Amino acid sequence: MAIKEFFKNFFELPKTFRQSVVRHDKPTSDRARSQIMFGNIFLHILSTRVHRYSLKKTFTLGLGIMAASSFVILLVTGILLMVYYKPSVETAYDSIKDIHFVVPGGRFIRNAHRWATNVMIVTVFLHMARVFYTAAYKKGRAFNWVLGVVLFVLTLLLGFTGYLLPWDQLAYWAITIATNIAASARELTDTLNITAYFDPGGFVKVLLLGSEHIGDEALIRFYWLHCVILPFALIVILAVHFWRVRKDGGLARPDEISEKELGETPKDALSDKVFTYAPEKTYGLMCIVKGKTPVVSRGPEQTVSSWPHLVVRILAVFMMTYAFICLYSFFFNAPLKELANPSVPENPAKAPWYFLGLQELVSYSAFMGGVGIPGLALLGLALIPYLDRQDQEIGRWFDSKEGKRVTLFSVIFTTITTIAMLAFTVKFGWLRNWYPHISQLVIIFINPGTILVSAFVIWSFYWMAKNNSTRMAAIALFTCFWVSFVILTYFAVYHRGPNWNFYWLSSQWPAH
Amino acid sequence: MLPGKLLMDLDKKMSRRDFLKASAMGACVTAWAMTCIGLLKFPMPALLPDISNKFKIGSPEDFPVGTTKIFSDKNVIVFRDEKGLSAISLVCTHLGCIVSQTSQGFACPCHGSRYDEQGHVIHGPAPRGLDWFEISQLPSGKLVVDAGKRIPVGTKYTV
Repeated sequence: MAIKEFFKNFFELPKTFRQSVVRHDKPTSDRARSQIMFGNIFLHILSTRVHRYSLKKTFTLGLGIMAASSFVILLVTGILLMVYYKPSVETAYDSIKDIHFVVPGGRFIRNAHRWATNVMIVTVFLHMARVFYTAAYKKGRAFNWVLGVVLFVLTLLLGFTGYLLPWDQLAYWAITIATNIAASARELTDTLNITAYFDPGGFVKVLLLGSEHIGDEALIRFYWLHCVILPFALIVILAVHFWRVRKDGGLARPDEISEKELGETPKDALSDKVFTYAPEKTYGLMCIVKGKTPVVSRGPEQTVSSWPHLVVRILAVFMMTYAFICLYSFFFNAPLKELANPSVPENPAKAPWYFLGLQELVSYSAFMGGVGIPGLALLGLALIPYLDRQDQEIGRWFDSKEGKRVTLFSVIFTTITTIAMLAFTVKFGWLRNWYPHISQLVIIFINPGTILVSAFVIWSFYWMAKNNSTRMAAIALFTCFWVSFVILTYFAVYHRGPNWNFYWLSSQWPAH
Repeated sequence: MLPGKLLMDLDKKMSRRDFLKASAMGACVTAWAMTCIGLLKFPMPALLPDISNKFKIGSPEDFPVGTTKIFSDKNVIVFRDEKGLSAISLVCTHLGCIVSQTSQGFACPCHGSRYDEQGHVIHGPAPRGLDWFEISQLPSGKLVVDAGKRIPVGTKYTV
């Protein structure tokens, strides 16, 4: 008998094996669809049902998923690049050249890694704006916004540590500038004459470089940060970020949503039948689940099952991102400058575009532009949900007509003040040009960067008082920082030439 | 058990069990904290791999009055005039780029700092002038620049 059973088992092996892996029915009922989402460790980070408002294309614009998709592409291409990359001053540059010219498909993989970084930074930046302008940091989502700010910083740090690795001219001078920015607390301690006793700048610099000078020790440290520490931190925090979205009841949305607003979002007859099927178990988690008690015998209104509606949309956004990065990488090569030369910087020595706004600020004061203002801006960003706790409807772009008005006025205000400040500095210079012996302390605290920031803060308080609303003040301030960041970046990319002088066009740069 | 609550209840008599629980928790936290401090100290180099900042530049006869020599691997420029020799750093005091010589003095390509011929800041974000380094002479007569030793601007070595 056992022999007979053995053969039966043997021939049914494909079927029983499949059943042991996939433990749910075909997704033809709402229950089976929920089981797919619920029983899969990877899909379980999404809830089993999703509100139709969250599927509106014009609400999220798919930005968060685009950022996550480009991160997946970065992980895969990055792991592949590690096979050929050699992290030492002697070999790094040659190994990048090998990847580009010798390794089959190497050029494409490196391009994809580089361009996916750009896609990720742009989408993270836009995703943050989307979350902010839809007030999605409110109603229990405060800490997830903080995690988002941490992820933003990690993304920039990954970009930064990444472009150091080829050890070309960009890498060498970027690491020089960045570690000196890290050490720029010295600018303050030097002016106060206390560097000999208290030197946090020097401490950080030696910690980053493993030496007083830039060499193998520095390269291996940045390699370690780029390939181990930062991606690991990003993956863990990203998981918590997603998980909290699910635990907060999905994406932010208004309390009352009309059927007209839901427009083109999917309606699914199958989804409405939920809870008509007699459940095998009664719910035992009610006391720890947030929100109102679900209505019995009726599907939660305006929601559909995540399988397939949400999953196919995520897949579609991923494929779009993937196709864009592939096409772009096929046609455009990632930049690689000449081999690092420690005695001749490039002229102008420009960081990648996403740091040029900061480079413009750093060209006024290293400490304020590189540490003070970015530090304050990030702290301010992270604290937004705690300083603006105004109870209001969430999940609508710019809140209301008034929100749109404040945003528009802030865009105009920032454009005018930022361009005026840049024009003034280009035309007349700054304190050092007028009073060559002025104390550095004055310049640290009074420079075009700090004046702009003060103007933005005053502007924000003006709207707080005028509208009697912390949310309007937050909108004003966020818009100011966002727009000035874009303008400064544009200005540094297109209008700064050799010796960081102003030029209308790069064709006007003097020939060497 | 919260530490704050523990302190508040301090005047009350603590049971042996609570005391042991609290000391066990305290021991855990102390062990973790100490481990973290120890681990964080690990990446801080105890020994710097750098080579010496001192380097020979030649004999005084190699520097007749009016000579200018750039030691590009050390990023130092050496001048000789009637008053003596001076060694000026070519590393911008702003963020460490290498300045180039211009008709006015020196200019930095990274963030637009400009210096006069003595290394004083005349434009841009540099917080202080270019460093001047100490020059000395070995018993053999060779001149040595110590790029680790800053001296006041204008201090020249008379040969």
